Amino acid sequence: MRIDAIDQRGVYSPLRRFMKLILRDKAGLFGVILFLLIVLIAIFAPQISPHDPLQQNLRLSRQPPAWQAGGTWEYPLGTDNLGRDMLSRIIYGTRVSLTVGFLGVLIASTLGLVLGMLAGYMGGRTDSFIMWITNLFLAVPYLLLVVVVASILGRSLLNVILIFGFTNAPLFVRITRGEVLRIRKSGYVESAISLGASQGRILFDHILPNLIGPLLTVATFEMSGMIFYEAGLGFLGLSVPPNIPSWGNMLSAGRQYIQFSPWIAAYPGLAIVFTSLSMNLLGDWLRDVLDPKIRRSA
Amino acid sequence: MNSNVNSNKNDKPILEVRDLHVRFDTVDGVIYAVNGVSFDLYPGETLGVVGESGSGKSVTMMSLLRLIPEPPGRIVSGTARFRSREDDLDLLQLNMRQRAKIRGNRIGFIFQDPMSSLNPLITIGEQIKESLERHTKWRGPEARQRVVELLEHVGIPDPDARYGNYPHQFSGGMRQRVMIAIAIACDPDIIIADEPTTALDVTVQAQIVDLTRRLSEELGIAVIWISHDLGVVAGIAERVMVMYGGTVVETGVVDDLYAHPRHPYTVGLLGALPKLHENVPELVNISGTPPSLFAAPSRCPFEPRCPWAFKTCRERRPALESVQRDGHFSACWYDMEKDKPREVRR
Amino acid sequence: MQRYLLSRLIQSVVLMIGVLVLVFFIVRLTGDPARLMMPRDASPENIQAFREAMGFDAPLHVQFFNYMRGALTGDFGRSLHYRAPAMSLVVERIPATLELALAALFFALVVSIPLGIIGGTRPGSIWDTLCRGIGLIGQTVPNFWLALMLIVFFSVELRWFPTFGRDGLRSLVLPAIALGFFPLGKFTRLVRASVLEIRNEDYIRTAYSKGLLEQHILTRHIFRNVAITLVSIVGVQFGYMLGGSIYIESIFAWPGIGRMVNEAVQARDFPLVQAIAVFTAGFVVLLNLLTDIAYAVIDPRIRYEN
Ligand SMILES: Nc1ncnc2c1ncn2[C@@H]1O[C@H](COP(=O)(O)OP(=O)(O)OP(=O)(O)O)[C@@H](O)[C@H]1O
Ligand code: SF4
Ligand SMILES: [Mg+2]
Repeated sequence: MRIDAIDQRGVYSPLRRFMKLILRDKAGLFGVILFLLIVLIAIFAPQISPHDPLQQNLRLSRQPPAWQAGGTWEYPLGTDNLGRDMLSRIIYGTRVSLTVGFLGVLIASTLGLVLGMLAGYMGGRTDSFIMWITNLFLAVPYLLLVVVVASILGRSLLNVILIFGFTNAPLFVRITRGEVLRIRKSGYVESAISLGASQGRILFDHILPNLIGPLLTVATFEMSGMIFYEAGLGFLGLSVPPNIPSWGNMLSAGRQYIQFSPWIAAYPGLAIVFTSLSMNLLGDWLRDVLDPKIRRSA
Repeated sequence: MNSNVNSNKNDKPILEVRDLHVRFDTVDGVIYAVNGVSFDLYPGETLGVVGESGSGKSVTMMSLLRLIPEPPGRIVSGTARFRSREDDLDLLQLNMRQRAKIRGNRIGFIFQDPMSSLNPLITIGEQIKESLERHTKWRGPEARQRVVELLEHVGIPDPDARYGNYPHQFSGGMRQRVMIAIAIACDPDIIIADEPTTALDVTVQAQIVDLTRRLSEELGIAVIWISHDLGVVAGIAERVMVMYGGTVVETGVVDDLYAHPRHPYTVGLLGALPKLHENVPELVNISGTPPSLFAAPSRCPFEPRCPWAFKTCRERRPALESVQRDGHFSACWYDMEKDKPREVRR
Repeated sequence: MQRYLLSRLIQSVVLMIGVLVLVFFIVRLTGDPARLMMPRDASPENIQAFREAMGFDAPLHVQFFNYMRGALTGDFGRSLHYRAPAMSLVVERIPATLELALAALFFALVVSIPLGIIGGTRPGSIWDTLCRGIGLIGQTVPNFWLALMLIVFFSVELRWFPTFGRDGLRSLVLPAIALGFFPLGKFTRLVRASVLEIRNEDYIRTAYSKGLLEQHILTRHIFRNVAITLVSIVGVQFGYMLGGSIYIESIFAWPGIGRMVNEAVQARDFPLVQAIAVFTAGFVVLLNLLTDIAYAVIDPRIRYEN
């Protein structure tokens, strides 16, 4: 009997499939666009801010947003207690949040990847030890850990990044290790070795490609989480120094004036909500697109 | 297909399926899983259904009582006339409540994987009892007594003590016996068994086959037995239906069909087989890839892999037609007996 | 089951020892705990005196030994700010925190379970959209901001609830909503996902093939299985809420452990911070143990394990 190529009639083209995937999940599309927008705002903060975010003007302090009585379009979202422009500060705050989120995730995932590989590959004592430490970190109430360490190390951008980088590594360790073990068990590493592949080849050809999907998805959620927690630390006065415009610092200041000038706390909070929203939608979308099991059903 | 297929059974069919079409809407395209399947099932007989993976065996049978996931699944058209002592109705026209009255009551099911087919958090006794309580008048202690009898009937030792056990405390074979007990609990007219022995050890397989055959004879239940294993089918079924690419390509009495296969696909399946009943191996591998199901078949679905294929095969789809012997049908443009293309009626 | 529980118990103890070690080192992260705990403008003499009084001048292993010995007897030193035994200060605050956390948990569960079930059983419906929306919002709204906004609307504008303090049921409402909002989103997502997943299980198809009705399948075959997934996360979320209460209790001036964390951190009262950290971590470890026990009770696969 002769062998034919697989019949391709009726199979959607890759483009149509991609469009179907995107259009099926409009929320995901919205998340992607929102996320890109936020990244652009962070990059072009100096160009788009109407004012210097640090410029104080006590005569104009606590001016309400433009559409409320007493507001002007000069300061669309009003001013804070020191008369600084809220909009410009929120725009600049994007930089702090994204920096912390991005670098934090970079450190956490790198650390997690290395330790997870070590644990998965070496097995035995190394594995037990790494997993014990990992579980230990996962057992301690996360926020408490972060608050205590931040209060000990003191306020600085670098400290905040390092704290999030280290305390978030355990999750990445788990995922990496799980994937390494799964692939080792599946037997195709053995067969690759028997075909003469080096450990490095196996790492790059088999293990890393399989890790990209789950890690990317988790990274998105973790980044959203870090932005959340950075603002929380700022709110408690434990994040970046007070002179840096960050959403957390703004919320912390706004809290004192919540009765009469609620906008000082309201808008930075909304910024956090939208950023977090974009990343969560992005993460959900990535998970759907990258997971072949979910992808199949319409 | 108009037939009085079974010479030894002159009853009317208990189930008459006609021109069933089922599709799945996926991101990769529309899957044409079942394309105009028709068949009959007679009271008390066992019908074997064979075909390679993806040929639409499960989807065909599960569609009858809408046990496929919808969406993505979609039953496009077809009828399924179910005719028993009490009922005469089209299964595909039923509403949800009516369907639920037939399921597990008039038509019982046994599935492939006994490990995952029972709820791990409910005792097996309760899982049988809930079926009884749904469809019969048995309640409470009486229902329990009946369950114990059923367990005994399907060969579970110490049934009274086993009633309160959970599925994980049973072996695979024992769980499949529990599934059989569920299927026969309400004294059904039909049992649909979807590869009930595939996940089991060979020795256990034989026991399950024997048990099903014994029960169907004792209780007069008609059985649809889906399998990959031609040997098992030979052992249990009176008639076989061969499926390919979501269509029925050949159907007939077991002995006849195994001895004189008329469809090139069946010939391929039986390929190396020396004689019937002698330790028939699993489906032999037929070269070529299974058909794409992403388009409605407009030609013979087996054409790309068929050594006999000729021009007509690429132009028109063959329908099931009677081939000489009583109740033997094949969907092929080529006449094996005369070894030349069949006359094509225009 | 005994063996299962015993192994969990041993794990918990080992984990607790790990927590003690971790806390010991975190406080010494900067290398000089005495300077850390003293006011920034303290004189070197004062710091030295404090160092000796606290035993920070001893070799590290001696400090560790003393610390562990203290820990085993529940002695975590004295609060610098309150000048009282640290652990007993923490214990005094337990009822307030527990009250708030339980109220928040109740709020989260009462809303999320029905919502998640409706969403999971009717994917694509309006209810499902609502379910997914709430799940998403729960994850994207920071509780400290939500707390402030609740105060703006319900206390300042409408005057329905008090702005702060712990004074009867009315004072509990806003903090509980603020604290329970995140777990609410989490639970909603989880219940929905788990209903969706379970509906795809083979045994659900079996249930349908028996002719059981939707309602019956939901209550008998799906709920119990969803409960198992829920149990696995309720404990974890309860632990997270202890963290979240740092904000909520501070904002609403709720006299619990969370507010104490904030006060202790601001006052650099690290013996107290240390006591809180050990206590809370211990509580979370205990929660995990309880979760494992709950598992064993619900899931026969564990209950009958030999
Ligand atoms: N839930 C589903 N979603 C999408 N496609 C499906 C689904 N269920 C079945 N199909 C498609 O329908 C076709 C027929 O499947 P079916 O399960 O009936 O095959 P089968 O003959 O029973 O095979 P097997 O021997 O492997 O059980 C397959 O090609 C499959 O891709
Ligand atoms: S119809 Fe033609 S292609 Fe199809 S099986 Fe018969 S001979 Fe082969
Ligand atoms: Mg099948």
